[in-house]
Amino acid sequence: MNTRSGADRVYAVFTTASAAVIPIVVGLVFIALAVAGWPALRQFGLSFVTSSAWDPVGGQFGAAPAIYGTLVSSALALVIAGPLALGVALFLVEFAPAWLREPVAFTVELLAAIPSVVYGLWGIFVLIPLLRQYVMPFLADTLHLGSTPLFSGPAYGTSMLAAGLILAIMILPYIAAVSREVLRAVPRSQREAALALGATRWEMIRDAVLPYARSGLVGGLMLGLGRALGETMAVTMVIGNQHQISASLFAPGYTMASLIANEFSEATTPLHVASLMAVGLLLLVTTFIVNAGARWLVWQTARSRA
Amino acid sequence: MNHRNFLRAAALCGAAVVAACSSDRAASRDSGSVAGVALTGAGATFPNPIYSKWFSDYAATTGVRINYQPLGSGAGIRQLQEQTVDFGASDAPMSDAEMTNARGGDVLHVPTVIGAVVVTYNLPAVTTPLRLTGALVAEIFLGRVTRWNDTRIAALNPGVSLPETSILVVHRSDGSGTSYIFTDFLSAVSPTWKTALGRGKDVQWPTGLGGKGNDGVSGLVKQTPGSIGYVELAYAVQNHLPAALMQNAAGHFVAPSVESATAAAAGVAASLPATTDYRVSIVNAPGAQQAYPIASFTWLLLYTHQPNAAKGRAIVDFVHWALHTGQTSAASLQYAPLPPALVTRLDSSLARIQMGGA
Repeated sequence: MNTRSGADRVYAVFTTASAAVIPIVVGLVFIALAVAGWPALRQFGLSFVTSSAWDPVGGQFGAAPAIYGTLVSSALALVIAGPLALGVALFLVEFAPAWLREPVAFTVELLAAIPSVVYGLWGIFVLIPLLRQYVMPFLADTLHLGSTPLFSGPAYGTSMLAAGLILAIMILPYIAAVSREVLRAVPRSQREAALALGATRWEMIRDAVLPYARSGLVGGLMLGLGRALGETMAVTMVIGNQHQISASLFAPGYTMASLIANEFSEATTPLHVASLMAVGLLLLVTTFIVNAGARWLVWQTARSRA
Repeated sequence: MNHRNFLRAAALCGAAVVAACSSDRAASRDSGSVAGVALTGAGATFPNPIYSKWFSDYAATTGVRINYQPLGSGAGIRQLQEQTVDFGASDAPMSDAEMTNARGGDVLHVPTVIGAVVVTYNLPAVTTPLRLTGALVAEIFLGRVTRWNDTRIAALNPGVSLPETSILVVHRSDGSGTSYIFTDFLSAVSPTWKTALGRGKDVQWPTGLGGKGNDGVSGLVKQTPGSIGYVELAYAVQNHLPAALMQNAAGHFVAPSVESATAAAAGVAASLPATTDYRVSIVNAPGAQQAYPIASFTWLLLYTHQPNAAKGRAIVDFVHWALHTGQTSAASLQYAPLPPALVTRLDSSLARIQMGGA
């Protein structure tokens, strides 16, 4: 008995220590970034977040375009990948014949294993020419959307739209995998009850399955969003890396992660390095806010259902 | 392979690594001779191909192993300042402020080879090399000349049918020595550029798209008709990119090449003052007829006082080797060798490096 409780105590201490490591590491990263980025934040104050000037020669730094680009490209990815991933998950759980489920699920999850730089290369050599030659002219001219601010300007391919599309493909497997598990966890009785009441299959999904799975589905979306916010390599290769805020999805942009990846190795002045560190801090804070928001959403949806 | 065999193989590999490590340690203790000394350096990626070749050739003849990390010029300067490496390497000379922040004292800049930057473009209908002036390239990259059939471009290229299409500017998105050389040149030829943007590894590009690395820029240029960008000479040659003829200070239109880049350095080297620290720009070099105007040295950065005599001797010996034997292999990798007059002067500067304790 005595030895048993001793082992228990060791086990408890070990697991507690393991669990404590993660908040401690996040805290240390936060502190390290805050300390390293402080000179830039002190010098520029709020204008670091609101200014579009990024001039390493003149020593003026403002991260507004990068913050904007991170948020827009991630939101775009979520808008494209979210419904698609939900469709994939619903198909696999509710409609697909049994022999098809595993191969399709496996293929979707395989997308998550492709290195980011490979997505980037595919973006440069396949996606961007495709966008420039077909998709962008179709949107702008055939659908006459070229006069709207969202699709205006010259179509070079390299753009916010390309970044959003690449990110959508990259986060699709995460959202689809989580959604699939969540949908599978919906009790059979829930479905049978709806069908027994005379619901069609679609009504059963809409009224019985999706509401039950809602908080889990939101969690899946947020996992995807978190990944999109921090993705670096593939985005850097297709977004055009231009410090500007443009309403048009055809225009090039920048993201916080790309900015750090692009400039860190050659940043020599202390203020430049500090500014990049401050961008890292902003990215961490943004991710934190998004995750907190997701928790809150999940909590809200769980409560409203109860 | 079954599990047990795999484990056995892994254990053998591990043992081999341990053995190699311990023999390294034994070798580096022997500090009397140059052979067996291991040097570390970090810095510019641009000269990495030629440096790698030098390090491997030099190790084969002398046994001195040099571990070079191509982390970028900025990282090279930082690590030299912190004395975490034995030497640094940079495509842009250190500023005075950076020099004073170096913990190990005075830093000697040793030019090793000359790099050139090529202005490349995508105009499918244009078959002869385009002729451009620095001022015009500056106007294009400032976003002020926006169409290919602009009269200023047409005036330089009589007989060439230029399309009406708009010009897409492609620049580097990552901080790079290539951008430094390019903007150094534009600052030298265009007062507007100098005041509005200046020179740097990364500037506030007013227009265009940013590509990461030479491959990113050339990928965008190759794919987009009507685009213009800049890449390193070696990269342009290996990928058969079209290269504009640039007007030099003497008024000639010169194609980028190893020879024309060396010619640019020769003109400058001849007029260096006796007290030079070699932190000189050779863009838009005056005088020489065949000088290509967008060229620059790349430098190795050494402390003029080497506290560890064995390492100090090894570094000086290597640099001397690179400036003489090493130069012969530069051109094959599309780096321009230094003019002989400059090598002679560098030899005497190297001889002044001090070794050992205070």
